[in-house]
Amino acid sequence: MSLTRIYGLFLRHFYLITRSFPRVLDLVYWPTIQITLWGFISNFFATHTTYYNNAVGVILTCAILYDFLFRTSIGFNMLFLEEIWSRNFTNLFIAPMKIGEILTSLVATALIRALIGLIPAVLLTSPLFGISILDLGIFLFFLFLSLYLFGITLGILVSAGLLRYGPSFENIAWSTMFLLAPFGCIYYPIEILPDVFQKIAYLLPLVYIFEEARNILINQTVDIQNIYNAFLWNGVYFVLSIVLFYYSFNVAKNKGTLINMGE
Amino acid sequence: MKNLVEVKNIKKNYGKNEAVKGISFSIEEDEILGLLGPNGSGKTTTIGMLLGLLKPTSGEIFINGQKLEGNRIEILEQINFISPYIELPKKLTVKQNLTVYGKLYKINNINERIEFLTEKLRLEGLLNNITGELSSGQKNRVSLAKALINEPKVLLLDEPTASLDPEVGDFVRSFLENYKKEKKISILLASHNMNEVTRLCKSILMMKDGIIIDKGNPEELINKHGRKNLEEVFLKLSRSKNELN
Repeated sequence: MSLTRIYGLFLRHFYLITRSFPRVLDLVYWPTIQITLWGFISNFFATHTTYYNNAVGVILTCAILYDFLFRTSIGFNMLFLEEIWSRNFTNLFIAPMKIGEILTSLVATALIRALIGLIPAVLLTSPLFGISILDLGIFLFFLFLSLYLFGITLGILVSAGLLRYGPSFENIAWSTMFLLAPFGCIYYPIEILPDVFQKIAYLLPLVYIFEEARNILINQTVDIQNIYNAFLWNGVYFVLSIVLFYYSFNVAKNKGTLINMGE
Repeated sequence: MKNLVEVKNIKKNYGKNEAVKGISFSIEEDEILGLLGPNGSGKTTTIGMLLGLLKPTSGEIFINGQKLEGNRIEILEQINFISPYIELPKKLTVKQNLTVYGKLYKINNINERIEFLTEKLRLEGLLNNITGELSSGQKNRVSLAKALINEPKVLLLDEPTASLDPEVGDFVRSFLENYKKEKKISILLASHNMNEVTRLCKSILMMKDGIIIDKGNPEELINKHGRKNLEEVFLKLSRSKNELN
């Protein structure tokens, strides 16, 4: 692994962000809109239902967590798509970069992009709604870490698809998060789902993360098992995504996708 | 002279389609080898295999004595490529692009290297310009600067002067001739510009349907086929049945 090369690829995307105010605005805009929207919705529920009466910030906190996941995953995909759209893909793959270096650089860049969007949104919740996501305490870090891992795992899986199938896989890149959202039990407890869906949901780390966030906020207790399960499933999917990415790279070398990308 | 590129009987199949059917050639240092052939003849596939973007179905490629298979990263440090079909990120400035690629190729003295290439390729005054806003000729010279950022021993050029006006085209050709002579590098030039090939190449490979159908230096080929120039040779060979099988 070469830090210089990893930094080089990071620089390529960092320059892009710093050169364009609309890009920075785009990173900040959507999380802020999401948080504001869900903040008012949760305020409404808090005053009109009994379930959320004692936990006004639950929906809002989950919205912030989900948005962090969404931004991380889409952010990773965007980094890869950006190379295809700018027709720079071949230049990148003929540079002497190991696959591990490319992935490390994109993972770090995706984190920074997600944080650029998340930090203003988090800061906004307190003055607007009197809620702080920091109420989750030290476990907030583990929940974010878990979401970040799953976000980049999805990003790597989609990028593997782009390598394997070319730009036509782009539509899948946009729809992954929407496909998984119902199973993630982001805004509702898992019991709401039909039995079959519950079985699927338990195979994803998301359900453990969001169940635990609600548990901490509503019951004021911590179930370590949920956090452990989330990391366990994250580990499984992360390793799977890396293996699949290497496999897709080899398939792309056989099929010629790498030289036709962007055409 | 030492061979910097050695290609031994490489084949590439896409399913049942045989894109390259077992070709061999070598390029000496301080040599420009022309790779000619009609569209679909296997030129791009051959270049893709040399760049490690495509895995040959069989055969071996050696760059500077090292086998490509198993040494991809070490070999990519010594080669580079330009093509009108690939571009540098458009939103970055010229200097940012060259800096990024300097880092990717682990160049120690990036600023000195950029300064050297800026002077050689007439890029003064363009370093802080947005790459996407440059003219075709300027973009071409920036791509060439990127391709030379790592002082490659082997340079692969796919239509390097396509869409350039005659003055810029001539500048690029003169630059390549001088740079090759000065640095003793090997260049593989795929081009449909026959005057360019005649001027730059010591020898030529003519490809058609995935095989090399003829080879030699431009003058030899013109005499052998009894034509006035290389373009006529190209047309004759493209329209005829394969000569060497």
